[in-house]
Amino acid sequence: MTSASHGLAGTTHEPDDTGHFGRWGGRFMPEALIAAVDEVAVEYEKARRDPAFLAELDRLQRDYAGRPSPVTDARRLAEHAGGARILLKREDLNHTGSHKINNVLGQALLTKRMGKTRVIAETGAGQHGVATATAAALMGLECLVYMGEVDTERQALNVARMRLLGAEVVPVTTGSRTLKDALNEAYRDWVASVGHTHYILGTAAGPHPFPRMVRDFHRVIGLEARDQVLTAYGRLPDAVVACVGGGSNAIGIFHPFLDDDGVRLVGYEAAGEGVESGRHAASITGGTPGALHGAMSYLLQDEDGQTLETHSISAGLDYPGVGPEHAYLADTGRATYEPVTDAEAMDAFRLLCRTEGIIPAIESAHAIAGALRLGRELGRAGGDPATILVNLSGRGDKDVDTAARWFGVVDPASLPTEEPPPSEDADGAVASGEREL
Amino acid sequence: MNAASVTGIDRLGEVFTTAKAEDRAALIAYLPAGYPTVKGSLGLLTQALDAGADLVEVGLPYSDPVLDGPVIQHAVDQALRAGVRIRDTLHVVEQLAGRGGRAVVMTYWNPVLRYGVDAFARDLAAAGGIGVITPDLVPDEASTWIAAADREGLAPIFLVAPSSSDERIASTTAVTRGFLYAASTMGVTGARDAVSDTATSLVARARSHTDLPIGVGLGVRNGAQAGEVAGFADGVIVGSALVSAAEHGRAAVARLTTELAAGVRGQHTGR
Repeated sequence: MTSASHGLAGTTHEPDDTGHFGRWGGRFMPEALIAAVDEVAVEYEKARRDPAFLAELDRLQRDYAGRPSPVTDARRLAEHAGGARILLKREDLNHTGSHKINNVLGQALLTKRMGKTRVIAETGAGQHGVATATAAALMGLECLVYMGEVDTERQALNVARMRLLGAEVVPVTTGSRTLKDALNEAYRDWVASVGHTHYILGTAAGPHPFPRMVRDFHRVIGLEARDQVLTAYGRLPDAVVACVGGGSNAIGIFHPFLDDDGVRLVGYEAAGEGVESGRHAASITGGTPGALHGAMSYLLQDEDGQTLETHSISAGLDYPGVGPEHAYLADTGRATYEPVTDAEAMDAFRLLCRTEGIIPAIESAHAIAGALRLGRELGRAGGDPATILVNLSGRGDKDVDTAARWFGVVDPASLPTEEPPPSEDADGAVASGEREL
Repeated sequence: MNAASVTGIDRLGEVFTTAKAEDRAALIAYLPAGYPTVKGSLGLLTQALDAGADLVEVGLPYSDPVLDGPVIQHAVDQALRAGVRIRDTLHVVEQLAGRGGRAVVMTYWNPVLRYGVDAFARDLAAAGGIGVITPDLVPDEASTWIAAADREGLAPIFLVAPSSSDERIASTTAVTRGFLYAASTMGVTGARDAVSDTATSLVARARSHTDLPIGVGLGVRNGAQAGEVAGFADGVIVGSALVSAAEHGRAAVARLTTELAAGVRGQHTGR
C-alpha cells in the first residue's frame, strides 16, 4: 500500500521555481514574509528528501491518523445515481474527522524541524483548526487559531474541540467575519511573529510553496484510492470527484490521476443560493483572475478588485478564492468545475445519511451531490456501470446543528446557539420546518 | 510623453533633494481616500500638505489589507462601505496635484490588477500622481508594473523589511525609483511607543546597496519619534497616527502634522 511519504516524491506536474502553474500562483505578499516562505520552501525541499522525516510522517499517518483510509462501495446511494457505481474515499474516518490531518501532521513536523515553537492557523468550518490544535498538542507546540466570528457561531462544536485540545481560538470580527478574514488575521500575526511561529496554512492556496507542499501532503488520498480501486475492480474509475473551496482535498485526490487520460476529474464548487443569485462561493465558475492571500487565481471580486462577500451553507467552502493549481487545471481543461447549491448539497447529505449510515460534512455533501448528478449523466457505459470515486473529505458531526435547523428535525429554540446562522435566515424554512428529512 | 518634460520620478526626487538641502528629512503623510468621505479625505490631505508634509501617500481602500493594523483597517472599511471607488482615489490625487501637491498612491496589488496595470499607470500619471507604493507586490512579480510605471514616468516604490536578506535588498533597490520604503519593524501598521532598533540597522544595510533616499514607516506617532527617525533616514512616513487624528477632524490633522514637521527638522518639543 502506498504511504503518505510517496506523496512527496515529486511529480510530472510541478510549478516553476517561483511557484507558478502557468499564469497562476506565485507570491503576491508583503516583502516582510518572503524570508519566511523562502525558509519553508528550503526546509520542505530538504525534508521531502530526508528518510527520517518521511519515516516519521508515515508512522504518524499510520499509527496516529489511521491511514490508509478505506474505500466504501456505496451501493444503496448508487441506486440514486443512474446505475453508476459510487465509491467513497473515507477521509471522514481519519483522526480528527477529515482530510485536514494529512497536511497538518506534515507541516507540524516541518515546524519542529525549523526549530519554531508556535503555530497559527486559519479555519472556516473548524476542521483545519481542530487538526492543527491536535498536531500542536501531540508535538508540544503553542497553537492559536483564527476563525471568523460567523463561523465560530455556526461551528461552535469545533471551537470547543480546539479549546479542549489546548489551542487559543480568536474570533475574527473584521470584514465579512468568515474564512477570508481569518486568513487576513493569520497573515497579520505572522508578519509580527515569524521568528518563532510557523503559519500552518490549511489549503492548497497562498504563496509558494504552500500550494505545492499542501498538495503533496494530501496526494496520499489519491495514491491510496488509485491502488484501492485498481486492486478491488481491476480498472481505474471513470471519474474522480471532490468538493472545492480552497481545494486541498480535491487536489489531493485528483493529482495522482492527472496522467490517466481516461479519468474525468470534476470539482464541485459551493453555489450557495445559485451562482446567478450572487450569493455563492464558486470562484472558478463565477470568478475572474486576481491576486488574494498570496497567489494569482480565480477570485470573486467586483470591478474594482474588492473581494466580494461569499455565501455557502458550508463554512469550509465559504471562501472567495481557490488554489492556483485548480485555476490551471480549469484552464487546461484537465479538470472541470461545476456549481452545487446549498439545497442540492443538503439533499445529498440527507440521502447519504439514509442510504449508507454516513453523516458527511456539508462540504463533502457537495461532492456527493455532484457524483449523483454525474452518475445520472454517465449511466451505464456499454452495460458496465460507470465508476465514480468520491472524496468523502470529512464527517458531519460538526454540522449536526446546521442540518437539524435545515431539516427542522428539532425545535430551533432547543438548539444551543442563540442566533440562527445567516444562511438559514434567508427563507425562513427552518422555523416552519417545511423541509423533510 | 515629451522626453524633455518633468516626470513624476523627477518631482519625487525633488522632495528629497529639497529636504536634504535644508538638512532635514522629508515628512510623508498617509491618509486613505474616501475617509471619512471623498471630499473629506481631500480636505484632510490638503491640510497635511499645508501644515508641512512634503509628500502625501493617498491610500486606495482595499477589502483585505493584510499589512494594516486596526486603525487603518477601520478607516478603509468605512470608506468602502460608503462606496469609494478607484476613480475616487484618482480624483483626490488630481485635485491635490492641481494645487501643486505631490502625491503617491499606496495600494494593495489586486485593485491595480483588476483596473488594468497599464490603464492604472496611465490614469494616475494623467491625474498628476508621481509614484505608487505597493505593500503586497514584490519585484519578483512586478515586471509588468515596472514597465508600465517606467513608460508613464511614475516611481514604483517597493518595500524592504528587517527580514529582507541583503540579496533581496539589492534586487529590490535595483528596480525601485523615487525612494525606498523601509518598514521599521516586523508587523502591521499602527502607532507604537518606541521606534524600533531594527529600523536603524535596516537603513544602514539598505544604504550599502543604494543611493536612493530611504523613507522609514510603521509606528511613528509623534514629533519626538519623527525627529529620531530623521536622524538616520531621508523620509519619515506617518500613517496610523494621522488616521487616528483624522477621527477628530482637520484641526487635529493640522496639529499633528505641524508637530511632525517640526520633528523632521530637529525642532520637536521632546514630548
